[in-house]
Amino acid sequence: MTSFPWLSLIVFLPLAGALLCLLVKAESARWLALGVTVADFVLSLPLWWLFDSSTAGMQFVERASWISSPPVQYSLGLDGISFPLVLMTTFLMPFCVTVSWTAIDKRVQLFMSMLLVMETAMLGVFVALDFVLFYVFWEAMLIPMYLLIGVWGGPNRLYAAIKFFLYTLAGSVLLLVAILALYFQGGHTFDILALSRGTYSASLQMWLFLAFFAAFAVKVPMFPFHTWLPDAHVEAPTAGSVILASVLLKMGTYGFLRFTLPMLPDATVSFTKPMIALSIIAIIYGAYMALAQTDIKKLIAYSSVSHMGFVTLGIFVLNIQGIEGAVMQMVNHGITTGGLFLCVGIIYERTHSRQIQDNTGLAGPMPRYALFLMIFALSSLGLPGTNSFVGEFLVLAGTFVWSQFAAALAALGVILAAAYILWLMQRVVFGTPAPAHRAHLLDLNARETATLIPLIVLVFVLGIFPNPLLTRMHASVTHLLGGAKNPAVAVEQQQAPVTADQSTAAIAAVLPHSSSDQAAAR
Amino acid sequence: MTFPLQDLLTILPELIVIGTACLILALDPILEASKKDVLAWLTLGALAMCIGLTSSQMTGRVSAFSGMVVIDAYAAFWKLLLYIVTGLTVLLSLAYLKAERLSIGEYYGFILLALAGMMVMVSGADLLTIYLGTELMSLSLYVMAGLKRTEARSLEASAKYFVLGAFSSGILLYGISLLFGLAGSTGLSAIAAAIATHGTGDPLLSMALVLLAVGFGFKMAVVPFHMWTPDVYQGAPTSVTAFMAVASKAASFGAFLRVFVEGLGAASADWSVLFTVICLATLALGNLVAIVQTNIKRMLAYSSIAHAGYALIGVVVAGGHSGEGASTGFASVLLYIAIYSFMTLGAFALVGMLRKEGQESDQIEDYAGLAKREPLAAFFMLVFMVSLAGIPPTAGFIGKFYIFMAAVNGGMTWLAIVAVIFAAISAFYYLRVVMVMYMREAEGAIATHSRLETSPALSVVLACALAGVVLLGLFPNGLWSLASQAAPLLK
Repeated sequence: MTSFPWLSLIVFLPLAGALLCLLVKAESARWLALGVTVADFVLSLPLWWLFDSSTAGMQFVERASWISSPPVQYSLGLDGISFPLVLMTTFLMPFCVTVSWTAIDKRVQLFMSMLLVMETAMLGVFVALDFVLFYVFWEAMLIPMYLLIGVWGGPNRLYAAIKFFLYTLAGSVLLLVAILALYFQGGHTFDILALSRGTYSASLQMWLFLAFFAAFAVKVPMFPFHTWLPDAHVEAPTAGSVILASVLLKMGTYGFLRFTLPMLPDATVSFTKPMIALSIIAIIYGAYMALAQTDIKKLIAYSSVSHMGFVTLGIFVLNIQGIEGAVMQMVNHGITTGGLFLCVGIIYERTHSRQIQDNTGLAGPMPRYALFLMIFALSSLGLPGTNSFVGEFLVLAGTFVWSQFAAALAALGVILAAAYILWLMQRVVFGTPAPAHRAHLLDLNARETATLIPLIVLVFVLGIFPNPLLTRMHASVTHLLGGAKNPAVAVEQQQAPVTADQSTAAIAAVLPHSSSDQAAAR
Repeated sequence: MTFPLQDLLTILPELIVIGTACLILALDPILEASKKDVLAWLTLGALAMCIGLTSSQMTGRVSAFSGMVVIDAYAAFWKLLLYIVTGLTVLLSLAYLKAERLSIGEYYGFILLALAGMMVMVSGADLLTIYLGTELMSLSLYVMAGLKRTEARSLEASAKYFVLGAFSSGILLYGISLLFGLAGSTGLSAIAAAIATHGTGDPLLSMALVLLAVGFGFKMAVVPFHMWTPDVYQGAPTSVTAFMAVASKAASFGAFLRVFVEGLGAASADWSVLFTVICLATLALGNLVAIVQTNIKRMLAYSSIAHAGYALIGVVVAGGHSGEGASTGFASVLLYIAIYSFMTLGAFALVGMLRKEGQESDQIEDYAGLAKREPLAAFFMLVFMVSLAGIPPTAGFIGKFYIFMAAVNGGMTWLAIVAVIFAAISAFYYLRVVMVMYMREAEGAIATHSRLETSPALSVVLACALAGVVLLGLFPNGLWSLASQAAPLLK
């Protein structure tokens, strides 16, 4: 099992596909990209069963020397934190291809090729076990994303593309210096696991924390570094928005989990309060901004800021519920917001407008579309029974342990989410139909239905049976919080001796109400 | 005065290059205009022989001509790089001269003479030898810069280059004479010995250090001695610009490092402060001024200034250190310049061959819609720009990685932070070229007349540059071990 290079295959299959895509005709490029992304998903699927959820160690590890001096390794591996993200990425990519099937009609080969390059880079980020290798993947995605936004984006795409690029680059160059500093302080290695075992002086940790923060907070994006996100989301083509929202943002939070927490435990503890404050500001501010938007994509973009605030909140409360909730929320946000962006893309193809006022009253002409949109929307506001509920609930439960006041503030975000989402649905689904477009509006065709159905299924599966996923991440999260190295965290652990089973039991206690809640909402 | 045969054998590559240059100058008048290509092939043949010879001189350290010339791994590293760069320039020129309808046979002769000068520079162990090499290189380049005799801008470039170059040579020579007064010799080892006995407190030495830094600063085009660069790079024929930006810069770094390490290594505490200032100024000015350029040759000129700044980081770091830290610092400089050569040469090759109605189209605006008209050329340009910006997985990243690594290792983390911030800024102007190529539609004359003039020779150049940028980015081991073998050790 370990000898089979699962991860290398999964990571580099899309890259091979990307090269092939450049050589074929437009129509073949679409099929090729679809084939490659589906094949990649199928290839990653066995990991679900092969994954050993009893250990916190890295699995499916591959190691080879890449650069001999300094010793940079090509080493890949998977644990309970990266595992859900890898599966989510391979799961979502085929839909990025199908939703672009007719929406992208110029330079199709290049588009599909860039999508596939993105997939390689994103998967590489999640599985890299060498810090330099991680950085290479982390930066390699900038160029394809820049092209995706800049070439196929909306009217203001040039501005959005360069803003995205410079923001994220400026954040991540400091990460490079931090990596090099760690190398010399951490025993001349770039190995992430070895660096995580090291101990560093308090002042070094503080500086490294700030450098890591610059890179990851821009990517998440945390308030106040979020301003690139609405621009990039709005201008990017649908597939680009889906990738941005579902996967790219998760890299920032993944970075916090993989690097900041294990390598810089003291700095993490001392920065807990500002981080939680920023997270709560993001939750409320993002939701508040979402309320004011007239552009559907922008609204979802700001809702992403809010939802990602929950993720960072869960991470920095530093207890098991919080972090498991954060990882759940990362996956859930990927599925739900991905679904919402797919829906917006589908309607944009018909009405060529993302304005709410041009897309009202869709329930009449497009009933199936309206139903799907409604499900994603309800999931987005965290309705029990849908996936987002699980993540947000766990995060809030973890926050409650940390501070009841903070939990109360964060819960405000949930209420605001209900407000902006339901108001959006009221207008888009049930409003008076916009006269200009009524004639053209055809309901979802087979391709679009097939794009959305798997996501809908996952919304409910993860909402009702979160346990299989939670058990798979449990060992790694426990290990991450493992008090041995981190006394401050250990103390908080003792105050909140809650295991995953207990936390899921807590959800189970709430779930029975879900059906009635759902009915009420409808 | 007779030279022992052994000495002549040591400098056989130089002799071959000069001999071929003379042969070309002799053949040129008797060859028909249509057969001038032969001269280019002759040049390439000579280079191939030199590559073979120099590869065998990679180990050991041989002195010749009473210590005036030294052949070691360090010299061999630069020479091999120079051969490759010169070979690619010759191939590029083959296409470029035809497109510009310049049929000048001497051209290849001058390239070889400049190369000979550069080779002397990097293997000179005596300030006078190095000075001779510098002059031979510069004189050939002055002529080459003015090769487009009908174009005012080319002549301006040549004149400007000559005046400023002659001025800087004078300063260099003044510095050398001061050192001679101090040490009683111009040999690098004698100077090092003199500094070791007299100490570094002598104001004469500080004066000489500054003058040498100014002289080499001109040749390397670092701020504040960069003023000639944009005008000369813009005005000179593009193949010559490429040669200047790459080969002349590499050779100048080669000689500069040798002088400051082997001759003035004992005073490294002094010069590393001096170069810290120069390095910061170079990074700042090169990167910031490049942002506002609309002409791609000028933009690349400022980019080449900025890259000299990154390379200087390695020098600064190595200067503040001894032993292993210094050695990796210098090795990172060698690696950086080698990588810089490939990406810059590739970019200039494309610039030279992208034409609008028979003229070079060197405005960045002319690249609008290039991705549609010439997808392959646009892709090559994309890779070169991305690499110049230092984004992985290209070679540009590897170069910066080793430089920053040396800086952090040397305890100059703040310098690394400044440099990465400028690297992020530089992405803006490099990406603007990508933006224009991929995201702008061409209008009017650009759409109908702007084309890449392809030829087999150009394809070879581009393929080599791209292979260099991609392969060195993915597999840097070989080049790094060459560079660290060649890196001089501070004594």
